Amino acid sequence: MNYALLAENIFHSFARNQVLDKVTLHVESGEIFGLLGPSGAGKTTLIKILTGQLAQNSGYAELLGTDTRKLSVLEHRQIGTMMDNLGLYERLSVRNNLSFYADIYHVSHSEIPEILKNIGLYEARNTAVCKLSKGMKNRLSLARALMNNASILFLDEPTAGLDPVTTKEIHHMLLEQKKKGCTIFLTTHNMSEAQSLCDHVALLDKGSIIDGGIPTDICQKYNHLNRLEITLKDGKKIVLDNGSAAALPIKEYLEQDMVSSIHSTEPTLETVFIELTGKGLNQHE
Amino acid sequence: MNNIVAIFKKQIKDTLKNKTIFIQFIMFPMLTLIMCNTVKINEMPRNFFINLFATMYIGMAPLTSMAAIISEEKEKNTLRVLMMSNVKPYEYLLGIGSYTWFACMAGAAIICIPAQYSARERLLFMAIMAVGILVSLLIGAALGTFSKTQMMATSVTIPVMMAFSFLPMMSLFNDTIAKIAKVTYTEQISQMLNHISSLQPGFDTILIMAANILLFAAMFTAAYRKCGLE
Repeated sequence: MNYALLAENIFHSFARNQVLDKVTLHVESGEIFGLLGPSGAGKTTLIKILTGQLAQNSGYAELLGTDTRKLSVLEHRQIGTMMDNLGLYERLSVRNNLSFYADIYHVSHSEIPEILKNIGLYEARNTAVCKLSKGMKNRLSLARALMNNASILFLDEPTAGLDPVTTKEIHHMLLEQKKKGCTIFLTTHNMSEAQSLCDHVALLDKGSIIDGGIPTDICQKYNHLNRLEITLKDGKKIVLDNGSAAALPIKEYLEQDMVSSIHSTEPTLETVFIELTGKGLNQHE
Repeated sequence: MNNIVAIFKKQIKDTLKNKTIFIQFIMFPMLTLIMCNTVKINEMPRNFFINLFATMYIGMAPLTSMAAIISEEKEKNTLRVLMMSNVKPYEYLLGIGSYTWFACMAGAAIICIPAQYSARERLLFMAIMAVGILVSLLIGAALGTFSKTQMMATSVTIPVMMAFSFLPMMSLFNDTIAKIAKVTYTEQISQMLNHISSLQPGFDTILIMAANILLFAAMFTAAYRKCGLE
């Protein structure tokens, strides 16, 4: 298997505070991988280890085939990062922020207008970042992460606090990058984001991976009730056990043209997380 | 080298929009020009305002600017993003350090304009300022690295800056303070500037300056090891 990123038994602690414990995950090239967990679960520490900013206490991590403790300039140039706190220079203009990183990434300044047009910030190119909306700042931060044509992107809460329209725009941009073959590693609290965007997810709690896999498979795995929910045209909802016994009543409803929709009732990632940890993803550690 | 130049260029653009830092660079040069051109007292020592403000400039501008720039970048996480973009800590420090040094040297050149100096004295003045600014940069870098926020940096920097800036002046009025001030780099700078026409730095002066540099370099190393640049 061609892994863009892998971590095996990563353990890390700050003084006596254990942050990561036996974290193992594999991210295939060209996929979108979601790391889900509440604040303080160890997501940012894991990103720092995976990007070579922090050496783990024990275990092994590999990025693009190289030990993360030995990443060279060449590997670093293939990484794009967007942190939850954005890290933009507020007094500088949109264009000057990108110009600075163009110098850092060895990207020609002539590409900046095109990048700005792609993210819809060309008109605001001379505006100081402090005067932009949160959504515009997020788009700028994402543009900065994309500007070196990274083959792997690390995105920490890329849509946190954004309105649904901007969130959709960012999702579209990420899917475009995926189409180009870019591997995306993102952290999020947003379950619908994880379910709609990610090929694989891992659930992180108190520094440990508590489950992982394809989002729909995880939901199916915890579908203990295994029921079907039938919504009739008059708005009435009927819940039936998903088995042969349900066939007859469903047949009758269908024959009488009463059915509006039929859904399975597998849990969402949110409810799976709550079942596994006893708390929601928006709760802090 | 590319990253150092990029950080240097970014810092120029940022300073033009950052009044707090910009004022630090121009306040004493402007004050020197104004005072030298407006205040004329017969018995005033030669180049009195030049020596006074140059010493204060060394104690304030590089120290506060360096601490403010680093602590702001830490607080606003721009430094973390830079580090994740493969900018090495030494490249960042050299970028902002060299920028602050050049900006302060430009200020020193302005302070020097109204001085009654020969060409040799002007060169010596700039050389003395260069060393003094360098020592202040080390202190500023240590304080900025140690501080997690700008607020913390300001509260730590102000007393340190006041001590180094005003000790040379206060030592004129009190012998005990003069004895304490003697071991500080700003007092040595002040003494060198006061005797610039016949400057021959003694062993004591060189020893004290070297000790100051080593002490503050050690302080910076300790702050960096303890807090890092993130």
